[in-house]
Amino acid sequence: MFYREAGNFKTSYRDDGQTFPIKLDRMGYYVILGVAAMVVPFVINDYWASAVLLPFLIYAIAAIGLNILTGYAGQVSLGTGGFMAVGAYSVYKLMTAFPDLSILIHVLLAGGITAMVGIAFGLPSLRIKGFYLAVATLAAQFFLVWLFNKVPWFYNYSASGQITAPERTVLGWAVTGPAASPAAKYLVCLAFVIFAAWVARNLTRGMIGRKWMAIRDMDIAAEIIGVNPLTAKLSAFGVSSFFVGIAGALLFAVYLGAAEVGEAFGINKSFLVLFMVIIGGLGSIFGSFAGAAFLVLLPVFLKNVLVGVLGWPTDLAAHIELMIVGALIIFFLIVEPHGLARLWQLVKEKLRLWPFPH
Amino acid sequence: MDQLFYASEVFINGLMTGVMYSLVALGFVLIFKASGVFNYAQGVMALFAALTLVGIMEGQVPFSHLINATFGTHLSNFSWTVGPVVAILLTAGVMVLLAIVIEKLVLQHLVGQEPIILFMATIGLAYFLEGLGDVMWGADIKTLDVGLPQGISDTIEQATANWFGYGFFIDRLDIWATIIAALLVAALVAFSQYTKQGRAMRAVADDHQAALSVGISLQFIWIMVWSIAGFVALVAGIMWGTKSGVQFSLSLIALKALPVLMLGGFTSIPGAIVGGLIIGVGEKLFEFFVGPMVGGATENWFAYVLALIFLVFRPQGLFGERIIERV
Repeated sequence: MFYREAGNFKTSYRDDGQTFPIKLDRMGYYVILGVAAMVVPFVINDYWASAVLLPFLIYAIAAIGLNILTGYAGQVSLGTGGFMAVGAYSVYKLMTAFPDLSILIHVLLAGGITAMVGIAFGLPSLRIKGFYLAVATLAAQFFLVWLFNKVPWFYNYSASGQITAPERTVLGWAVTGPAASPAAKYLVCLAFVIFAAWVARNLTRGMIGRKWMAIRDMDIAAEIIGVNPLTAKLSAFGVSSFFVGIAGALLFAVYLGAAEVGEAFGINKSFLVLFMVIIGGLGSIFGSFAGAAFLVLLPVFLKNVLVGVLGWPTDLAAHIELMIVGALIIFFLIVEPHGLARLWQLVKEKLRLWPFPH
Repeated sequence: MDQLFYASEVFINGLMTGVMYSLVALGFVLIFKASGVFNYAQGVMALFAALTLVGIMEGQVPFSHLINATFGTHLSNFSWTVGPVVAILLTAGVMVLLAIVIEKLVLQHLVGQEPIILFMATIGLAYFLEGLGDVMWGADIKTLDVGLPQGISDTIEQATANWFGYGFFIDRLDIWATIIAALLVAALVAFSQYTKQGRAMRAVADDHQAALSVGISLQFIWIMVWSIAGFVALVAGIMWGTKSGVQFSLSLIALKALPVLMLGGFTSIPGAIVGGLIIGVGEKLFEFFVGPMVGGATENWFAYVLALIFLVFRPQGLFGERIIERV
């Protein structure tokens, strides 16, 4: 009744191609952006920032990155944790080597370095396909983690083997280090999320996105109609790793503050981001957000219920949580293999006709 | 000369480790061949089997932590313990039950989905089983002793010391593992070649539709294959559990089995064996010769990089079926 395209006239190609063709959607999007940028920073507190909002924003960037590679270009990657580690360690090296540059530039540069590493590890994808590639990306995961563990240059020869983010400011506000306020951290992450989603959306609906999808649907056929698999696959690896690297850099510098590579960027991180993409929906930017929100909120929710309400010991709750997460993943795959994004689409379809479905 | 002896000792130990990898890889190959499912949960199944075996042998009350937390009781153990043979049989029964449950609740609903979705489902299954194992039997590290001999073999050390003047250190458990693995492979090959069910299994592996049309029940075959894989997981769990204790890290052997599979090819039983041996020997020798130069612990990634290099030249693995793509 309220949600329909009646009265929205498309008078130009620009109107036809826009991301939110329905006016109500567009309004909703601006409202959410406005609330996120102008209301939330004033009401945010430490618990909400560190338990929910920061991880959500950072994992959303990682999920967008992996979604470009797996959802749009069809190359399954289990090396996300390793690439996040590249982002984290390059931002650390840049922060300590060039303390005068802005942290924002450091994060972008870290993304660029990760993109190059991603392209290097993406080279085998030209020859190896499907599962074999998925397992091959594990080589990146384990090799990179080992490298950052064993070569002291990467952690500036610190005795603990950890990396710790020094304090850096943006416009006079501290965003890394212990003095940073939750609002400042949140705004920096939000800026990168908006940037990532905007770039990803515009890449995937343009020529390059169509090339990726052609490769995903059938690479031989795509090659025959003139898509160069070399540039298409490697650009997917590059762009994907760029975002994943940014996510890794933010995770370390803004969210964690200090990190040890095996613990913060292990294989579990790769699986976590992959689950976000699968549960959210392969090949959907909205799905990346939905998946990240779901998997960030679920443990918080379960922990509150199991430990807080039922009063179980934390270790038992952690095991039950594993079971529930596992069962939910299977449940989602059975009920809706296309993820939350598809569910959302169905809801919108229903809403469009409601309350007169015929 | 000493260097050569060290190297050959490393080589032999690598072979033995390779056999252990092959044991896990075998379970993967069986399921992949019969149902096209790449079962990531194989490692966790080994952990679960080992946990269940220890639990049954020691007479633990299943879910005791959960029951205690809910009802405020203090249950921990029944008053009995169970002998290894009976316990192994019971655990095998549990694995068959697990196979049936997985088939009914998960696989049946995912027929015809893309392989990647099935793969994800098995990762979910791995999480679930890991949690279930911990909730059922507790998360503490357990020792597993089913009466397999352990420790350095004195006979071999004596004999080699007499022959070469240098005693080889070889774990007796590894020798037993090799023998058991060989028996297991022989039994599996005999089963799939000479029995009715084995032939049906190969038919399903060849072509689901054709197998259905000649009256083979897919469901039964899948339950059977998952049960066999559960049994292989049990054997692997016993070996690894005896070697390094029953704990969470046991499930990580699945990650070690992946490069073995890539090297040998996902569809080949001999490939799993040969791949395991190559990886086992390769990573031990690499750690021995190159490890000290780069700071050690190269075992974490060497297997993957080796498999990656192999794959670039032979994308289907050493023994895998040739990948034919049609447009």
